[in-house]
Amino acid sequence: MTAAIKSQGPAVKAHSARNGQGHAAAEVDPDGLQPAGLPAPAPGPRRHCLDLDDYSAEEIRQVLDTADAMKEILARPVKKAPGLRGRMVVNCFYEASTRTRVSFEVAAKNLSADVVNFSAGGSSVEKGESLIDTARTLVALGANVIVIRHSMAGAPHVVARNAGAAVINAGDGRHAHPSQALLDLYTIRERLGGLAGLRVAIVGDVLHSRVARSNIHGLTRMGAEVILCGPATLLPVNLQLAGMRFEHDLDAILPQADVVMPLRIQKERAEGGLIPSLREYRQRYGVTTERLRRMRPGALIMHPGPMNPGVEIDPEVATSPQSVIESQVSNGVAIRMALLYLLAGVAV
Amino acid sequence: MLIRNLRNRADVRLEGSEEVVDGRGLVLLPGFVDLHCHLRQPGFEHKETIATGTLAAAAGGFTTVCCMPNTEPTIDTVGTLQHVVEIARQEAVVRVLPIAAVTRARRGAELSDMAELAAAGAVAFSDDGSPVASSSMMRHALEYANSFGRVVIDHCEDPALTKGGAMHEGQVSERLGLPGWPAAGEEVMVARDVALAAQTGARVHIAHVSSAGSVQVIRDAKRRGIRVTSEVTPHHLTLTDEWIERGAYDANCKVNPPLRSEGDQLALIEGLLDGTIDAIATDHAPHAMADKACEFEQAAFGISNIETAFASLMGLVHAGKLPFDLLVDKLTRSPAAVLGLDLPADDWVLVDPDAEWTVDAARLHSRGRNTPLHGHTLRGRVMLTICRGRVVYDALREAAIAS
Repeated sequence: MTAAIKSQGPAVKAHSARNGQGHAAAEVDPDGLQPAGLPAPAPGPRRHCLDLDDYSAEEIRQVLDTADAMKEILARPVKKAPGLRGRMVVNCFYEASTRTRVSFEVAAKNLSADVVNFSAGGSSVEKGESLIDTARTLVALGANVIVIRHSMAGAPHVVARNAGAAVINAGDGRHAHPSQALLDLYTIRERLGGLAGLRVAIVGDVLHSRVARSNIHGLTRMGAEVILCGPATLLPVNLQLAGMRFEHDLDAILPQADVVMPLRIQKERAEGGLIPSLREYRQRYGVTTERLRRMRPGALIMHPGPMNPGVEIDPEVATSPQSVIESQVSNGVAIRMALLYLLAGVAV
Repeated sequence: MLIRNLRNRADVRLEGSEEVVDGRGLVLLPGFVDLHCHLRQPGFEHKETIATGTLAAAAGGFTTVCCMPNTEPTIDTVGTLQHVVEIARQEAVVRVLPIAAVTRARRGAELSDMAELAAAGAVAFSDDGSPVASSSMMRHALEYANSFGRVVIDHCEDPALTKGGAMHEGQVSERLGLPGWPAAGEEVMVARDVALAAQTGARVHIAHVSSAGSVQVIRDAKRRGIRVTSEVTPHHLTLTDEWIERGAYDANCKVNPPLRSEGDQLALIEGLLDGTIDAIATDHAPHAMADKACEFEQAAFGISNIETAFASLMGLVHAGKLPFDLLVDKLTRSPAAVLGLDLPADDWVLVDPDAEWTVDAARLHSRGRNTPLHGHTLRGRVMLTICRGRVVYDALREAAIAS
């Protein structure tokens, strides 16, 4: 682990060029569209991206480095590469989503995949078809990659076990959202030069947050420390993982944090007795302009979206110079291109 | 039938046939008694029938099974009870003792006609699958049933605490992001039932005890002389919530109450050893494939285990955690005593404590293939089951034919 942390240097453009060498596949580029540094699709046993808990630091680094190469494509006037040409990516969304679904769609199209979008509303799911039957149907129709968003934890695992396609978890219940965590890691690395030794505060409703869970795995794996800060009713108090700890006093930890990531708080939490009111929540855990002033200079503000401006984060904070919320969104496309390419890319 | 060379006793002669069985290495025991299983008939014949469920029971060494009333319709009238008794008379290969519902349709609003049901053959009462949520209703049920010598079996679960819960609330549920079913959700109801038993003087039987806290509440109650008995399932004694993670959300590990932590498991074994827990009962809960081949949170609760119960429990014996004689007692005399019954003299099971076999879900006699033990090799095997003097399961012959 220590060695891995030490080798974690700042994000540099040289990554992609370095990786390109030694990958014979990347040197053959009949269309001249392949970016110079795009590595060959991931060798080895990984077929699915279900969560980050089974990603090694090396594997995470590979995704982030590949995303660097993808960002080069995104910087071109014609944002197209053939990495997924002839592959069919199905975005299978059982739960409403704007940014994640569009992000995966744009990512797949940038890599020349055929993209089919499927949401539970307009399909046989309404007629009671099971998840497994639906997944098998999609594979029979030619799906090579199934990107799945579902309200229930473990649904992507069920699909991965039963359908012959690569599966990417685009968020399952409160369990995991690995592509979001990867884009967060990428954004932090891009801005702060690395991840090891950083202190990241995730604030608010961690209990119900798949983003938080995947970030805990990803950040700690890369050598960062994670502080989970919120009322006891909204923290997964049974969770015990190396590199993380619980705190209840946001003001006490703010000056220590390199990154502060407030999570969306849902109004229903007050009805279930988890918090007394949104007013009291904002008072204790809202990332307000006053609190922003007490943060370290250069510390980042992140938010996985969608935001409740004025509740967990003030609008002025979201648009402040420390905020990287927009970068998170644009980096999301690069990360998803990298994930799709590494799991299902064709060597060209 | 003459069984010779037995490991635990002299040769035994049984009426009925002239067959001679070589019992070398085998142990002859009284037929097992299961206080708690689901035969699913009437109403859910695609999951199990009285015929298939009792075949499975015979294969597991059980010669008496008490079936729970959460059928469709609920066993809450004499007519439905008689229907079950009649099917059992015609199709069951082992003894079936029906348990009737405490409240009509298990809704918790009105008592079923308990005295009539008892007279027609209900050996106990339970709304199993659900608790008797109202404390006042539970109090009256205990008092009323006690007046004619029947026990109420409670499925202890506080619905407000367990709403939406899919697995034991703890480290593993937090990692998997599954909604938790906290141990306290059981313990508060166990404590309530103990208080009601103390208040009324009636006996209460706690179904499928799963947590260390519940064991402690029952232990204290027994010490205080309160009339409470309890049972534990083979899966709570042998599996933990880690199995769900290892199986990547394997819905065959989803059961109510949920598989709990290793600490709970140790406390349950301790409870058997010191007599806090009276019996081992399977809570055999067969389901159709479609009930389990789905999202974990949507999957039905239950494990099909009546055929694997003895072998998986032998794992505890082989590991030195449970004495063999105690295991036998918790499967025979003790559960019968919970219902005030004597063991039938002509029910026997012949077991090989050391034979190894690999569980193949497709080869179970039960219609429920929902076992987390598929592919696992167990040590301990039921070889022959005799009910009412008749052979109802014979693995010796199967083995002979195979070789």
